[in-house]
Amino acid sequence: MADMSLENVTKNYLDVLKEIGNIGAGNAMTALSQMLQCKVDMQVPQVRLLEFKDVGELMGGEEQLMVGVYLAVEGDITGSIMFLVQMDSAKHLVNKLMMGMGSEEPGLNEMELSAMKEVSNIITGAYLNSLSMLTNLKIYPSPPALTMDMAGAILSVPAIEFGTIGDNILLIQSQFYDEVEIDGYFILIPDLESYEKILSALGLM
Amino acid sequence: MSEIIKVGMADLKVCTAPNGVTTLGLGSCVGIAIRDTATKIGGLAHVMLPDSTTIRGSESNIAKFADTGIAELVRQMEAMGAKRSRMTAKLAGGAMMFAFQNKSDLVRVGDRNVEAAKKKLAELQIPILAEDTGATYGRTVVFYPETGDYIIRAVGKPEKVI
Repeated sequence: MADMSLENVTKNYLDVLKEIGNIGAGNAMTALSQMLQCKVDMQVPQVRLLEFKDVGELMGGEEQLMVGVYLAVEGDITGSIMFLVQMDSAKHLVNKLMMGMGSEEPGLNEMELSAMKEVSNIITGAYLNSLSMLTNLKIYPSPPALTMDMAGAILSVPAIEFGTIGDNILLIQSQFYDEVEIDGYFILIPDLESYEKILSALGLM
Repeated sequence: MSEIIKVGMADLKVCTAPNGVTTLGLGSCVGIAIRDTATKIGGLAHVMLPDSTTIRGSESNIAKFADTGIAELVRQMEAMGAKRSRMTAKLAGGAMMFAFQNKSDLVRVGDRNVEAAKKKLAELQIPILAEDTGATYGRTVVFYPETGDYIIRAVGKPEKVI
């Protein structure tokens, strides 16, 4: 632990998360494509390291209405993962999953919420699978908790977790398309004790 | 024409009447609004974490923590001519954004932020006039040092003034 200064930890940690982010987002899109039974095109995910104050703006303002799904991760490593999409995109996704039977009203009704949880489960599951396969670590997600609120408010949760180790937040922006463009964001947050495990599993220390 | 100054996450700003300060989308973070009732000098701190003493490298951003953030806000207000004996405070935020049953301190961080803010304000002998804290939804807040009005907006809820 001698060289585990904050800068050191953070630098290795970011590199690792970037790699995992790229692979995970790719797998998540494949899973989504299978579930929706249509071709989903994806752009190369952008991995961004942002200051807290800039995160909301990236997503269209702190007050942008978003759906956020948050899962705790247990097993060999602990931490959490968050998936965010704009409300419009979430509506589109669930409507697609429900074969066009989604409601016209703003927000998500009970049925749509449940569908959205399913979508999130599959996307985050694919994501965690990549991490698990890369590291050979056992990783179990908790059932997802879902909320609809302002981007800033939802993001305060991962921001606080990152806040315990630094002043930046690392997020993976993946844009994908079927008929419409959907912006999804992943935020992966291993607990501090789990860095070492991930880093050593990947042969980085 | 009054101006509204924006405060980011882990940030703080001071202003004088008729200007106001705002922060958008407070979640588990807490927005601490303080004003000097005589000079109408006010400020808003958007803090993320309760306690700077438990975290390494915490000197990097003092506005991030309730204890150091409030102290700094008061210091900046005093530098502008405000008197601590005339200061009053209002609190908003500290929500629990996700409902987990079996969760650690981190999920309860909203509550802990509110507690820490109250403790620091008590230590500085600044009375808390009102609060809109806890619950499970995000809040956008605007504070006017002129009147002390703290306006709170949430998704799908009527606007509130405390």
